[in-house]
Amino acid sequence: MHADPKGVLTGIHFLDGDHACCEGTLAAGARFAAGYPITPSTEVVERFASRIPTVGGVFIQMEDELAASITIQGAVWGGAKAFTVTSGPGFSLMMEHIGYAAMTETPCVFVNVQRGGPSTGLPTLPAQADMMQARWGSHGDYGIIALCPNSPQECFDLAITAFNLSEEFRVPVMLMLDECVGHMTEKVVIPDASAIEVFPRRYTHLPPDEFRLFEPRQDKVPDMVRAGDGYRFHVTGLTHDERGYPSMNVDTQQRTNTRLLEKLEPFSNGRCLCETADLDDAEVVVVSYGITSRVAQRAVDMARQRGVRAGKFRIISAWPFPERRIAALAPKVKAMVVPELNLGQMVREVERAVAGQCKVKHVPHAGGTVHNPEVILKAILEAAQ
Amino acid sequence: MAKGFVAINVERCKGCGFCVEFCPTRVLMLSSTFNTKGYHPPNVVAAEKCSGCDLCGMYCPDFAIFGARYAR
Amino acid sequence: MNQPTLEIPCDIPAGAANPVEPFLRMDRMPHIWCPGCGIGTTVNCFTRALLESHANLDKVAIVSGIGCTGRVAGYMRLDSFHTTHGRAIPFATGLKLANPELQVVVYSGDGDLFAIGGNHFIHAARRNMDLKVICVNNLTYAMTGGQTAPTTPGKVISATNPYGVFEPAFNLVSLAEAAGASYVARWTTFHVKQLSRAMEEVLHKKGFCFIEVISPCPTLYQRRNKMGDGLDTMKYYKQASKVRHGAPTAECDLTKSGEIVVGKFVDRDRPDYLELLRAQMTETLGDRYVEPEAMCELC
Repeated sequence: MHADPKGVLTGIHFLDGDHACCEGTLAAGARFAAGYPITPSTEVVERFASRIPTVGGVFIQMEDELAASITIQGAVWGGAKAFTVTSGPGFSLMMEHIGYAAMTETPCVFVNVQRGGPSTGLPTLPAQADMMQARWGSHGDYGIIALCPNSPQECFDLAITAFNLSEEFRVPVMLMLDECVGHMTEKVVIPDASAIEVFPRRYTHLPPDEFRLFEPRQDKVPDMVRAGDGYRFHVTGLTHDERGYPSMNVDTQQRTNTRLLEKLEPFSNGRCLCETADLDDAEVVVVSYGITSRVAQRAVDMARQRGVRAGKFRIISAWPFPERRIAALAPKVKAMVVPELNLGQMVREVERAVAGQCKVKHVPHAGGTVHNPEVILKAILEAAQ
Repeated sequence: MAKGFVAINVERCKGCGFCVEFCPTRVLMLSSTFNTKGYHPPNVVAAEKCSGCDLCGMYCPDFAIFGARYAR
Repeated sequence: MNQPTLEIPCDIPAGAANPVEPFLRMDRMPHIWCPGCGIGTTVNCFTRALLESHANLDKVAIVSGIGCTGRVAGYMRLDSFHTTHGRAIPFATGLKLANPELQVVVYSGDGDLFAIGGNHFIHAARRNMDLKVICVNNLTYAMTGGQTAPTTPGKVISATNPYGVFEPAFNLVSLAEAAGASYVARWTTFHVKQLSRAMEEVLHKKGFCFIEVISPCPTLYQRRNKMGDGLDTMKYYKQASKVRHGAPTAECDLTKSGEIVVGKFVDRDRPDYLELLRAQMTETLGDRYVEPEAMCELC
C-alpha cells in the first residue's frame, strides 16, 4: 500500500541523517515514538516531537531507555507503528527489550546512531562498534534484521525499509546509523506519498476463536493482532506455544527458537540488500558499510586509477549477514578488504563466510573519525600482490 | 429452605481454609477426606444456613468454590 | 474411610457456574499459586469489579511484570501481556497512548513494581498516566524463593537477609501519593468486599490509580518467619487492620506484626496525561493539531 500523505514531506530537502531518518519513519507510517535523549541520536526524536502533533500521533520522552524500548512495544500491540532511537549506552540498556520484541515477534524499529564506545566513549564522534551487539546483544537465540545507511538519503529510504521488513517478518529491525551519517547534511529527495511503498501490518483475518497469535503461516511468520478487537490474546516473554501460552519444555523451545531464526531466511540471502560495483573483473573487493563505504569508494577509485582491479561490495543489510553472497564471491577474487570503524566486528562474518577461499584483510579503526582513504588504498594494494 | 447454595470443585481445592473461616453463617467445615492431591476440601455441614452471599467464592484463591442465591 | 468424592447436600441448580470462570483462561487451570496464597483471592475481587463496572471486556487490557503476581495476566481471559521484570508500566503506557479507548490495568507485585520498576512507577504517577495499578504486596520476592523486597519490614528473615532485614522498607501508599497518583488505597486479601469496590472505583476513575493489596506468601514469607499459614495470616489481617480512610499516608508504615492501616487515602481529580497533552497542543497549535487517535487505522 502507499504511504499516508499526512506523514510525507514531499520535496527536495537539505537534511542531516538524523532528520532524514525521522522523515523516513513518518513516511513509513510511524505514529508513535518513545525515546530518551542521547547524543548523537536525539535530533531524530526532537524532530518527531515537533512533527507528530500535526501529523497525528504521539511522542513521549520516557524516563530511560529501558522504558522507551518497551513503551514502543506496548504501542505496537495497541495498533501503532512505533520506533525508538538511541546510541551506544542506550542501546545496551535496550537489549533485554530487543530480546522481548524478538521473542514476542513484535514488529518495531530500533535506531542506533552509533558513536565511539565502550561505555560513555565519544558521544559526539562516529564509530561502527555496535554491529555485533545489534545481532547478539540480548540473551538467548533469536534473529534480527539490521540495515546500514550511508547517507542522509538512505537514512530516509532505509527507515521505510526497516518498518516494512519489521512488519513482513514480525521482527525488531535495527537501523544502524553512525554519528557521521547522522550529522552530515546532504540533499534528500522525498517523493510523493503515492511513490512510497509501505508494508501494512499483517493483521489476521481469522475470528478470535480460531486465531492463534504464534501460529505461523507458510512463510513461518504468524499474523498479528491488536488489543481491543476482542481477540483476548496473550503475549509473554516465556517460551510459549502457538496459542501464546507459556510452554516451558524442550520441544517448544526447539520449535519456537528455530522458527525465530528460520523465518528470516528468505531475507537473508536472496533478498539481502547490498550495492556492488566493478565485481566482474575484480581481484580485490572492498567489503564495507555505513559511512566507511563512502571512504572505501574513494579508495576503490584510487586503486582503479593505479591499475588495480578493485571492486566494491557495500553491505546494506548487515544482519542476517549475506554469507552466501560473500561465499560465492570469495573464490573469484584474490582478497577482500574490510575497513570498519571498530577493531574487528563484521570482518569476522566475512572471514566466516569466505572460509579460507580468499585472503581477508582487515582495516580496523577504533573510531572518532572516518578512515583516511589512503589507509584503505594501501590495504587494497597490499592485498592485490 | 436455604436462601442460597454453594458448589465446590473438590479437585481444585488446596485446603487453605479461607472459605470455612470466613463463611458468615458457618456453612462449611474442612472435610476429613482427601481429594486426589491430598488436600482436605470443604464439606457443607449446614446447607440450610447458606445465604448464597458468595463470600466463600470471593475468598477462594483456587476458584474452587462459589455460592449463589436461589432464583425466586 | 477415605473417599475421593464428597456428598454435597446443597441443591445446585442446573447450569450454575462460578462467576469467575468466564474471566479466566480455564484451559490453563489449575494455576501455579501455592495453597493459601492470596493472589487468586485478588483475582476474584478484580473479576467482581469488572462485572459490577459493566466494563467492555474487549477493551480491558491487563499488563503484568514478572513474579507470582505477574502470572495473573496469563490466567485472565483478556488481552493480556506478560512483560519484562519491572517494565509493565512503560509497556502499559505505550498501549494506552496508542489506543486511549483501552482500559489498561497493570497487575503486578511489590518487587516488580517498586524495586526494578520503581523509576517507571514514579514517572507514570507523576504524569498521571491513565493506568490502574494493582500491586499485590506479599512483602517478598516470592517466585524466586523469598528474597528481601523493598517492602519487606525490618527484622523479617528472608532468603537474602538470613539474619533479619535491617533496611528501612518503602511505604508504598506514601510513595504513590508523593509521586502524584490520583487514587491511592490499601486493602488486604481479607478485605474482599472493600477491595472489589476499590477496584471498581478505579475502573471508573481517570488518571493514575494505585491499589496496594497486602497478601500472604505462606510458602516463603510466613513459613520462614514462623507466622503460620495462609489462614493464620488472613486472621492476622482481620485482627490487625484498621480502616482509616483519608489517613496521612506517611503514617501508614507496615511492620513485621503490627497494625495495618487500610482504606482509601487519596482520591483527587487531576487532568490525566492525554488531557494535558491535548490541552497544550490545542493551545499552541490551534486547529493544526491532529488528534492521535487516528494512528491505529494506518496499519
